[in-house]
Formats: sequence, C-alpha cells, structure tokens
Amino acid sequence: MTLSINDHTLITMAHGAGGRAMRCLIEEVFINVFGGEQLLRMEDQARLDMAQLSSLGDRLAYTTDSYVIDPLEFPGGNIGSLAVNGTVNDLAVGGARPLYLSCAFIIEEGIEVGLLRRIVEGMRDAALRAGVTVVTGDTKVVPRGKGDKVFINTSGIGVIEHGVNLHATQCQPGDKIIVSGSLGDHGATILQARGDLALEADLQSDCQPLHGLVQLMLAECPDIRAMRDATRGGIAAVLHEFATASGFAMRLHEEMLPVKPEVRGVCEILGLDALHFANEGRLVAVVPAKHAEALLRSMRQHPAGQDANIIGEVLDKAVARVQVATALGGERLLEMPDGELLPRIC
Amino acid sequence: MCLGVPGQIIAIDDSDRSVAIVEVSSVRRRINLACVLNDAQPPESLVGGWVLVHVGFAMNLIDADEARKTLELLSELQSFADEQGMQEAGIDEIR
Amino acid sequence: MRYVDEFRDPLLARQLLDRIAQRMRSPSLKARLPVRIMEVCGGHTHSIFRYGLESLLPEGIELIHGPGCPVCVLPRERVDDCLAIAAQPDVIFATFGDAMRVPGTQKSLQQARSEGLDIRMVYSPLDALELARKNPSRRIVFFGLGFETTMPSTALTLKQAADEGVSNFFLLCHHITIVPTLKALLDDGDVALDGFIGPGHVSMVIGLEPYAFIARQFQKPFIVSGFEPLDILQSILILLEQLANTEARVENQYTRVVQPAGNRQAQAAVAEVFELRERFVWRGLGEIEHSGVRIRPAYAAFDAERVFDLPAGRGEQGEDVHCGQVLKGLLHPHQCPLFGKVCTPSTPIGALMVSSEGACSACYQYKRTEVL
Repeated sequence: MTLSINDHTLITMAHGAGGRAMRCLIEEVFINVFGGEQLLRMEDQARLDMAQLSSLGDRLAYTTDSYVIDPLEFPGGNIGSLAVNGTVNDLAVGGARPLYLSCAFIIEEGIEVGLLRRIVEGMRDAALRAGVTVVTGDTKVVPRGKGDKVFINTSGIGVIEHGVNLHATQCQPGDKIIVSGSLGDHGATILQARGDLALEADLQSDCQPLHGLVQLMLAECPDIRAMRDATRGGIAAVLHEFATASGFAMRLHEEMLPVKPEVRGVCEILGLDALHFANEGRLVAVVPAKHAEALLRSMRQHPAGQDANIIGEVLDKAVARVQVATALGGERLLEMPDGELLPRIC
Repeated sequence: MCLGVPGQIIAIDDSDRSVAIVEVSSVRRRINLACVLNDAQPPESLVGGWVLVHVGFAMNLIDADEARKTLELLSELQSFADEQGMQEAGIDEIR
Repeated sequence: MRYVDEFRDPLLARQLLDRIAQRMRSPSLKARLPVRIMEVCGGHTHSIFRYGLESLLPEGIELIHGPGCPVCVLPRERVDDCLAIAAQPDVIFATFGDAMRVPGTQKSLQQARSEGLDIRMVYSPLDALELARKNPSRRIVFFGLGFETTMPSTALTLKQAADEGVSNFFLLCHHITIVPTLKALLDDGDVALDGFIGPGHVSMVIGLEPYAFIARQFQKPFIVSGFEPLDILQSILILLEQLANTEARVENQYTRVVQPAGNRQAQAAVAEVFELRERFVWRGLGEIEHSGVRIRPAYAAFDAERVFDLPAGRGEQGEDVHCGQVLKGLLHPHQCPLFGKVCTPSTPIGALMVSSEGACSACYQYKRTEVL
C-alpha cells in the first residue's frame, strides 16, 4: 500500500492509528504547512522559554476553546482561522499579548486531505497574521458517523503586561460601552452559508484577530474597565455578563448599533435579532466616559476598529439587566439569548 | 402573528413557476409570485415593484401611493395637533 | 421608499403620541378610562414590545395581547401528533422554527430532535417540498401552522406537489382562522374590550368584510393595522377617535398592503385545497366552531391526518385553564399562580410563555422593564 497522500486522499482510521500513515499525514499536512522549529523537533511537548515570557509581563494568560462549525468553510474564513482567532481573541480581551497556541484535531474518517490542508492553511495564515506560533498539536481520527468532519481545539498562552487589569466587576455607572465594529456579520454569514434558508447576500465573517486593536486601546486608555469578545450569544450575552459581574444595569441605544444592511436583511427575513448573532472579530469594552471619545477616535484608525461606535452606557441602577433604548424613545429589555436561534414566521 | 417583510422584485428567476428574486435590505431570495399574478400578466411586468413577503411567497403588492398618503397624513398631524392643543388648553381654562 | 424605516420615524411617532395624549384628554374618553384595546395579532404584540410602545403611551390605555399567535394556541396534543409522525423511521418532519419549542405532553420537537428524530426547520413550505424531491426514499411531512396569512402558501405548495406528482410529500394541517375566535371571544360576554387593533397580514388575504359583524353587532371599533410603530400608533389614534365620537367601524390603516376585498388569488388557492372543520381545539380556549381548516378529499393523498396513525386521546389539560383566561383578557398574566414562578420563558409551562409574542412572555419581559 502506498503511503503518499494527495489532496483527494480520504482520511481513514489508519491516519490516526499512530503508524506510518499517521506520520505521513502529520508531516505532509501539519508540519509542512505550519513549519516552525518547535513542531519540527517532533517532541511530545513544546518547550517555552520562561525568561522570554517574564520579560514581557508579570502574568501568563492561558485559555482553551473547542471549535465546531457547519459549514467548515465560509466567506471570510474556515474552522482553522476561526480556531486561531477565537483563542487569540480570548487572550487579547484579557489584555494579554498572545504568543503560543496548541492545536488538536479530531477528524472524522472520510474527509478529503485537500479540505484538511485548506483548514490547516487557514490556521497558518491566521497565526502569521496574529503573530502567534502553533507549538504543539495532536490529531485523532474517529470512525465515520462518530464526529462531524473536523473538530478543533486550541489552547493559547499569552503574557499580560504589568498594570493591565481588565475585570467585568469594575464597570461603574456612567461608563460608556464601545463595540469595535458591525454586529452579527459572522452569525449571519454562517446562517447564509449553510444554504438551507436559500438566502443570498454579500456577507463575510468578521473572523479576525483583535489583540492589535486591544494593545492600541490599552495604550490610549489604561483605565479601560472590562473587555470581552462577543462570540456565541452575541453582544447580548456579553452585556448580560457585564451586568451580572458588576451588578449594574447596561443600556444600549438602538440607533447607535452598527449593523450592516445585509445582516439587517437576514434578521428581518428570519425574525431574528443581530444582537444575538455570533461575532468572531468584535469586542465590547466598558470605558470611563471621559476617555470614550478619544478612545473611539484611535480605535477607528485601526483596521479592526474602523466601524467602532459608542453604543450605550452603564446605568446607576444596581440590578443586573440589559435595556435597549429604542429610536422612538421607548425602552425594552434585551433578553439573554435562548440558545438555538430559531427563525420565526410569526 | 405573521412576519411579513417588504421586498423589491429585482428579477424573474423562473417564469413558468412564477418565481422571482426578491431583495430585502441587500439580501436576495427566490420568492413565489403566484398570489400577486393574474393570468393576463407576465411576471416580468412586476420587476421593480415591491411586495410583502411571507414564508417564501409574495402575499400582496405594496401600493406606493397609499404608503405616501399614510406618511403625508402623519406629517400633517403636527400642525393640526398644535391647533387642537391650543383649543383644548383654552377649553380647560374656561372650565 | 423602502416601506420600513419611513414607518419608524421618531419625529412622526412623537407627534402621533402627542396627538394620542391629547385625544385621551377629551371629555368623552376621560369618562370611560381605562380604554382597553386588544391587539389581536402576535405580530403587533411583538412590535409593541420591540419598540417599547407601552412605555410611551399615555396612562389610561391598556393593551390586551390577543390570541393571534399560532404557537400560543397550539394544543399539547397536537405537538404529540407531530412527534408520533416524526418517530416513523422513514419520515423527515419539517416545520417552521416557531413550532420547535412548543411543549407537547412530554416534550417539544426540539427535544425530540436531540433524541435523534429527523426534524428540520424550514423557512417556506416550498423548502419542505424541495426536501421531498431530493429525498425520494423518505416521506416528508410538513407541519403547516398559522392563520390565513400562511394558508395560501401551504395551499399553493400542495397544489404544486399534486401538479408535479410528488408522492412522498404530506401536510399535517394546523391552519386556524381568526374570525370565529374573535366571535367566540366577544360572545363570551365577560370580555371587557373597547376595540381591536386588527391583524394586517391576515387581512391582506381575507379583506375587511369578515370583521363587519364586530362593528355592527358588538359596536367595537376594529382598525386593521400595519406592524411598524407608526402603523400601530396611528391605529390606536384612529380607534380613540372612533371611541370619542361613539363610532364603531372597521377601518383600514394599512392601506399600502391591505385591499378591502383581500387577495383573490390567495383566497382561491385556499378554497381549492382546504375546507372548514366543524370545530377545532385551541390551547387555552378549548373547542371553537369553524376555527380551523383541513385538507379537502381531493388532496387526501397528501393529508398526514389520513395517512398516518395519530395518537388517540384529546381534550384540554387542566393546567392550561389560566392560559385561556389570559387569552380572553380576563386575567393579567401576573395574576396566574404559575407566572414567573414555575412558568418562565426559559421553562414554559403554558404556551403563552413559549413565543416571544405570547402575552405572558411579553408581560414577563415588560414587567421587569417596568421595575426600572
């Protein structure tokens, strides 16, 4: 049997069995694409230089996330770029400089090597762009029907500079709420890309790294109170987290929310709310009011913050709640998203 | 009940099955026109018009003139309201 | 004109609200406060909540959220029917997202799907028909629910299936009609309402005539309304003006979409495929005469009620008794002993808590806003 693989080769159980087929897959796909001295050494663990880490700050930030998405490839990214940017952003919104990632693949038997290569290339490109290195990894293959094509887990390590302290508990009445860009692009893109709703629009996921923007923000305003990336559950979920952690109500202003026409169209047709849609390259920050305008100006200079806007404020009401002031002057409560987004006809 | 969304017919996709491409805020979808066509009318004659979309069907044509009339009526409310306000305030004073 | 933002204009809304406030000060209305207005349609409830209209209206106007939410009046036993059909191994069960969370006797479609049944959400009945074309070895059952607005789309889909000879497509028909339910509500006597905001999208199909008896026989103003905030506010103003002049007429605010005779093509499609049922069960309201339709014998081959064995045993569940009183406007949602305690939007017991436009769910959220 030949062990060489090309893009049309289908992954089989042999590619996860620890033998020569697996070796071949790892070398041909993962190491070839990723490169990097740590991976090339092929040891069982990455070895990180502590002196170098210490020189960058006084705390390590460490995070993990697993990525499952249907479809695996979508306008603006794939599960690979998502798995890098998602973990980079989880580090970034803690104020950390992201440095190293691990990646673990669970692959369902039967997918083409070509797809896997595209995913790994997506990871590589995203890592290059974010300036992080994939230093260790793992692959497992599961029998057909026991997985959903590809699952990826990434863990990330970053360093937080001395003096940077972002905590949702620090939100104070009067603080402004800033979002770094348009809302719901990723969620709407995925709904469209699944194809079963047969919607067509020029949508693209906002999947991108945010640590550059975060570093710029911290340089402009070291007093930023809290920051989260608004992934699953959208900014609705993030604001509920802020409200719960700080004990203060949050208020958004509907007319200040940046929503692209295409995302709005998807929401109108399906009866959904962009505030509940996932984002993969958007952060929400709570900042002292006196710095908000200056911070907004510098955020808009950064490619990841061009459409940033001040969207609301922390209220002097000691109750964990999120309100939306409508353009008409009315108020409504923004519910925590329910879980699965169900399109409505009524 | 009944989510209905205004959309504009931008093209006919399948004349035989009365299917059009309708655009709602930059999002396009194939929409069935059977409810807004009569036998004498080719689907193409509706391109550019607006329809009310519900579950994949155009349920009615939207009447631009009527929409304008409604809005004009609402815009006129202001001056009317001012007048009435003064009158009613006057009445209250007399009482 | 894009027919959306124009009807959300804050300035015009302000003017309408001023005008409404002024109208409320007129002596003939002052004498009959509060003015109790039922918005029949869940879509209106949704807009009222979405734009916070209740918080903007002057005191003395009470909005009662009516029965026009097909999800809220869906009996548990009907969900059980769906589950029985979906449990057949060769069936793909398709429905709108709205139906997924409605509790059956034991579980919802969403729960059943997680247990392995092939249940899919579709945007249009035509998408379900497409599923049938693509899966010739499976039986595709579409659960069609909704009022007159949705009926024509299901009827036309069924006609298309018949024309093309698609033999693996079936419809479980749960279409309901709003007018008999309004009549039942008004016949009930103890319903204290001053007028109605009428369902705009139902009316674009059926027209205005079916509501004439409400004005004539019951002397209630009935304003057919659009769904944008300006539409709803204007309809409230029109209604108040009728009340102030002691008039009761059917009036059409939504003239850009609703023609007096409705949509004849849509009516013809409905008449060809469906016929009235003698009676139909509504969750919370019980049996109402002529309040639902079924598939005509000519289309029997597509009728899931005839093709599949449905579980026996019908009848209202005792615990839903309060839902009916809330639907009739006799009980405020928060007066129900289950409200907000065991029955919440994330753990709904009654169907009025399931849909975001259900009276209880809307009230649950609104009440919490009120504590501002």
